[in-house]
Amino acid sequence: MKLPLSWLRDWVDLPADAGAIASRLTSLGFEVESLQPVAPAFSGVIVAEIQSIAPHPQADKLRVCTVNAGAGAAPLQIVCGAPNARAGLRTALAQVGAELPNDLRIKAAKLRGVESAGMLCSARELGISAEGEGILEFPSDAPVGQGVRDYLELDDWILELGITPNRGDAMSVLGIARELAAAYGVALKSPPAGQGRKVLVESDARVPVRLVPGAGCGRFLSRAVQGVRAGGQSPRWLQERLRRAGLRPISPVVDVTNYIVLELGQPMHAYDRALLSGTIVARSAQAAESVTLLDGRTIALESDVLTIADDSGVVGLAGIMGGERTSISEQTTDLFLEVAWFEPGAIAGRSRRHGLLTDASQRFERGVDPALQERALERATQLILELTGGSAGPVDLQELPERLPARSPVVLRQSRLARVLGREFESRQISEQLQALGMQVEPQGQGQWRVTPPSWRFDIHIEADLIEEIARSVGFDQIPEQPAVGHRRLRLTPETKIDERAVLQLLAARGFHEIVSFGFVDPALQQQLLGPQTAAALRNPIASDLAVMRLSLWPGLVQAALQNLRRQQERCKLVELATVFRPDSNGAVVETPMVAGLAVGPRLPEQWGAVRAGLDFHDLKGDVEALLAISGQSGVLTWAPLEAPPPALHPGRCAAVLRDGARIGVIGELHPALARALEISGEVQLFELELAQVTEAAPTRFAPVSVFPQIRRDLSFAVDAGESFSRIEAHVKVAASTHLRELRLFDVYTGKGVESGRKSVALGLILQDVSRTLTDEEADRIVADVVASLSSGLNAKLRE
Amino acid sequence: MSDLAGMVATALAQVETCASVAALNELRVRWLGKKGELTEQLKTLGALPAADRPAAGARINEAKQRLQAAIDERSAALEQAALDAQLSSGQIDVSLPGRGEHRGGLHPVTRTRLRIEEIFARAGFEIASGPEIEDDFHNFEALNIPANHPARAMHDTFYLEDGRLLRTHTSPVQIRFMRERQAPFAVIAPGRVYRCDSDVSHSPMFHQVEGLLVDEGVSFANLKSVLHEFMEVFFERDLAMRLRPSYFPFTEPSAEVDISCVLCSGKGCRVCKQTGWLEVAGCGMVHPNVFAACNVDAERYSGYAFGMGVERLAMLRYGVNDLRLFYDNDLRFLAQFSGA
Repeated sequence: MKLPLSWLRDWVDLPADAGAIASRLTSLGFEVESLQPVAPAFSGVIVAEIQSIAPHPQADKLRVCTVNAGAGAAPLQIVCGAPNARAGLRTALAQVGAELPNDLRIKAAKLRGVESAGMLCSARELGISAEGEGILEFPSDAPVGQGVRDYLELDDWILELGITPNRGDAMSVLGIARELAAAYGVALKSPPAGQGRKVLVESDARVPVRLVPGAGCGRFLSRAVQGVRAGGQSPRWLQERLRRAGLRPISPVVDVTNYIVLELGQPMHAYDRALLSGTIVARSAQAAESVTLLDGRTIALESDVLTIADDSGVVGLAGIMGGERTSISEQTTDLFLEVAWFEPGAIAGRSRRHGLLTDASQRFERGVDPALQERALERATQLILELTGGSAGPVDLQELPERLPARSPVVLRQSRLARVLGREFESRQISEQLQALGMQVEPQGQGQWRVTPPSWRFDIHIEADLIEEIARSVGFDQIPEQPAVGHRRLRLTPETKIDERAVLQLLAARGFHEIVSFGFVDPALQQQLLGPQTAAALRNPIASDLAVMRLSLWPGLVQAALQNLRRQQERCKLVELATVFRPDSNGAVVETPMVAGLAVGPRLPEQWGAVRAGLDFHDLKGDVEALLAISGQSGVLTWAPLEAPPPALHPGRCAAVLRDGARIGVIGELHPALARALEISGEVQLFELELAQVTEAAPTRFAPVSVFPQIRRDLSFAVDAGESFSRIEAHVKVAASTHLRELRLFDVYTGKGVESGRKSVALGLILQDVSRTLTDEEADRIVADVVASLSSGLNAKLRE
Repeated sequence: MSDLAGMVATALAQVETCASVAALNELRVRWLGKKGELTEQLKTLGALPAADRPAAGARINEAKQRLQAAIDERSAALEQAALDAQLSSGQIDVSLPGRGEHRGGLHPVTRTRLRIEEIFARAGFEIASGPEIEDDFHNFEALNIPANHPARAMHDTFYLEDGRLLRTHTSPVQIRFMRERQAPFAVIAPGRVYRCDSDVSHSPMFHQVEGLLVDEGVSFANLKSVLHEFMEVFFERDLAMRLRPSYFPFTEPSAEVDISCVLCSGKGCRVCKQTGWLEVAGCGMVHPNVFAACNVDAERYSGYAFGMGVERLAMLRYGVNDLRLFYDNDLRFLAQFSGA
């Protein structure tokens, strides 16, 4: 909300400058978002009249003006180039010695040989408007000799205020002035000059009005005004006020209704009475009704919308916007003025539904003072008569008193106040602060009051509301900072919970950068990766490629990798820790925190002395194994081929990660066809695990360390190329039994020297007994058992 | 015996010019070995008169010792030379880069969030989390924001087809926590939140940290203290802090938290829009209606709550000037945060 400070000063005498008032408002809870001067600093500029004008002897575009600079001053000779300079025009004169914006200082000068004792100014030269060809044109009654700053009231500031939704009462000059009066301990000038009088009723024109109970209108004041001249423009002072408050002047009647909203916070509406028919009714919209609004839009109405209607149908959305059919125009001669009180609940939400956040709706949905209507109607009528002539009819009041808000008293306890705010307040200070805010304060024994809020406050219902008022009034800076006393218990930090930082640091040390991507993803990409699965869809996504909740972290990772590859990164190792949203069999969405990663590019960053090879499945598998190892969980991990791999993955290069047979994640290489479709060259490796499988650790249990020497025996043998290591491992483990301390796979080879269709596998068996030294003979026997098992079970042939 | 002196001279000359450890070894065998030429001389002693034998023996032994010493000295010199040669040929370029993986890193938003969590954890706050898909009750109703409340306009909400929504703040975690547990509470709830708003300074997903402390006798003065302390600890410097009255339906009194600008120290700059102040959090005393929705006795307990934007704090801490960089995941940006 924008307000000029001059308007506030009409209502309250403030012993402070603009800056101080602004910071006071902010500390009262009305955040000053900006404070701008109406005009930049300048001096020595007065209203002057061009008495006569003559051509310049040396220049076609310049003319020589004789200028009256005020009573008692000798006429001045001024050279001027403005095309609108003419005899009789009152305009702005920068006298010799004047200082204009942009450090321009006016000196007596000769222009093409002719003396000039000053400069006639345009609005742009004075910095009061960005446009403006030619010199300023003042009306013929502008007082010659008066300073332009005074005449245009340019020593003014525009405050832009952020009003919180609980304070509808502060959305006006009156409301802010009331707060400032309380804060500075001065009285509100009530009523300010020219206000508070009742208009003389000179006509008996009436329009019948009816309120439908329960529809949402509690009071409806109205009157007819006959014989107005609705065309033309408002006077300068009114236009200027509206402009400084951020509104565009339109026509006198409309300007007055806007003025009343800004000044008193009471929205109102003016109809062309000649276009209304029959009785005006405040009622709910009926089935299949629609209305064309002032902005030209036609909207269909639902039955919970409060409307104003006449015998021909809806004429406006009550408290939101009027209709086109009965709006006033230049031809309007008879007005019907409406000043109503609508229930906040009847307005709230409706304007947003139709995208109509108007000055009226914002105030009504927050709450308009139900005691304000008479004053607003009188003030509006007075201004309209002043501006457009005409004669006012009697005021008609329709009211449903039981629908008007009643202010119930609230009990405030001094002890509670001190406890919540953390400091003591004196009784006198408490009651004075509240009274200054318009509250009725009745003492109720020691340290307790019954406080009744004023009609304009819709936000005072409970004690906490009053405590806030006290805190706000004294200033939050008057409340000390006080560390809490007492012992806070040590929090349980279980050793079996591995924190995220450890997970991320492990991966960071292995070259992964953590990314953060949105929870919603591109449905097309998600389907490309995961196949046709149901994902929770947003009803109102901001973009079609951010429309469904992610079922996996892969879409985000793939997207991030793609962008980085496009930015000429040849290597990406990315990880994300975030939640995925998967519908369960009942359709309920289950949120599961996951850790997922992606790797593409060379195995190592390009460097000297390292083999250049691409990252492959087993590189990423190593990362996943390291990740799972930090949990210290002892369960048996297996990597089983996926029975139905998602479309994202190469069917021959993917696996389910199982712990004790239960699936905890997936790993694999991006399907080459998909990589091609996404224009990724190179093999992309992906994994995704349930985060809990990594972060939920098993507490370590000590196991005795054997003191007896271990024996190593190496075996090299050929098996079918399709044989899996896990089967080989299983055979070795069974055959070597309890003496196998460790099995090391140190080579897998195909090629020269190995039959085609076969591969050579080299194992190191570390053998040990916990209670004695193993003999060579025993080791030989174990190895013989292993070899026998491999040959019979897997058709392995020992290599020499 | 002139023979002996000649032999020694010959041997010493040979040792002197010997060029390898192997050749030196041969010389040692030739002269001093069991059948070496000097050793053989001892066998000649028997031919001498008994009276001459001790003196002759001593001379031979002395000659052997001289030769042995010469060989030892030569051996040491040769070994030294060999070592020198090995060292000089084995020199490496220590300026070549080391081999191996390069370090990745934590996302700056995560780093900031973890830092906030750790600071509050040290002050005894528990860390809680809640779902990102919420219902109207937890996100709005229980937080004293009924349907059609004007404050809902401050939350541009994403809705799912089934009518549920993406939480617009981390405050619903307060509700869940209070409804499940017994007071007193001291809890921090970090997490992702969503608003359908996207421009230079708004992201449709961002991160908040919610804090809640409920106990007997908790006051606004305590809230001021904990926030000021936190800000100074987080930014590792002395800061001015001010609270401005504001409005959140779930707290009362409510306040916006400003700190003196960490970039210009309050003198006024582009980031603080020349005001010297930065808005960094919202806070207040828990509203009695919220306590009622969570079955907490508002007469017995009081509490404060606060919420802050993680991105905002990360931008200020690391000097990041564009919010969108956080979600762009550009490795050139992320790699700047590789330090632990």
